[in-house]
Amino acid sequence: MTDTTPVRKQSASDEAALLPPVDVIEDSSGITLFADLPGVPKDKLHLQVEADTLTIEGEIALDVPAGMEASHAEVSLPRYRRVFTLSKELDSAKVNAEFSQGVLKLLIPKAEYAQPRKVEVRVL
Amino acid sequence: MMYRSLFPRDVLAELDRLQREMQQAFHLSPSIRGIARGGFPAMNVGGTPQSVEIYAFAPGIDPASLDVQIEKGVLTIAGERKLPEPAEQATVHIDERFAGRFRRVVTLPDDVDANAVEARYRDGVLRISIARKQSAQPRRITIQ
Repeated sequence: MTDTTPVRKQSASDEAALLPPVDVIEDSSGITLFADLPGVPKDKLHLQVEADTLTIEGEIALDVPAGMEASHAEVSLPRYRRVFTLSKELDSAKVNAEFSQGVLKLLIPKAEYAQPRKVEVRVL
Repeated sequence: MMYRSLFPRDVLAELDRLQREMQQAFHLSPSIRGIARGGFPAMNVGGTPQSVEIYAFAPGIDPASLDVQIEKGVLTIAGERKLPEPAEQATVHIDERFAGRFRRVVTLPDDVDANAVEARYRDGVLRISIARKQSAQPRRITIQ
């Protein structure tokens, strides 16, 4: 799984976006990815797996009172985007996603054939 | 507006903003606490004539473990973010998310009412609304 900087592809992904921080952990069963997307409600989170590209996108929706003027903004854009390239041994059809309180957890299992197997050594 | 457009039409205003940010980056901020960028949680601050609104972007935290205090016109947000330890055999490829204890401090304007505070946690964002004092609110004066 390699990190690729957001590439300008379609018109939809042309808008500037924040790069969310992630943790990526691999064990024998697959890869677990955590991403911090604070301010994104469940219905504004978009996950897409296309060929070997995983795209995480989210729109921030905050309750802002009418007429509010920002005096200091560290989160200066209303959306997040991050694109990853999946490697071949990962089963992109079986990705499992959980999203709670702004944290996304993705489980990407390894394909059956890529699961570790102990090779028996026969002594003749 | 909450968000700054990345490509505004007014280039001079943008240059001005850039200069301000450069000054902040070199700690020339007039505020004694400076403006810590890149700290956790990231904060946005805004105001209306009736209230001051503070948004702290702190995802995946148990709201009960957050400590929000207002003392002498200073708002403090403190807490701890615990992340699950990876298993022993696991390999960590990317490790960017914040973990551990945090504390951030904001100086509040003079006209806020420290007794009228509301804090809500939703979608990983802590929103603190502090009402301004009645006496500080704009009033229309009728001419007799």
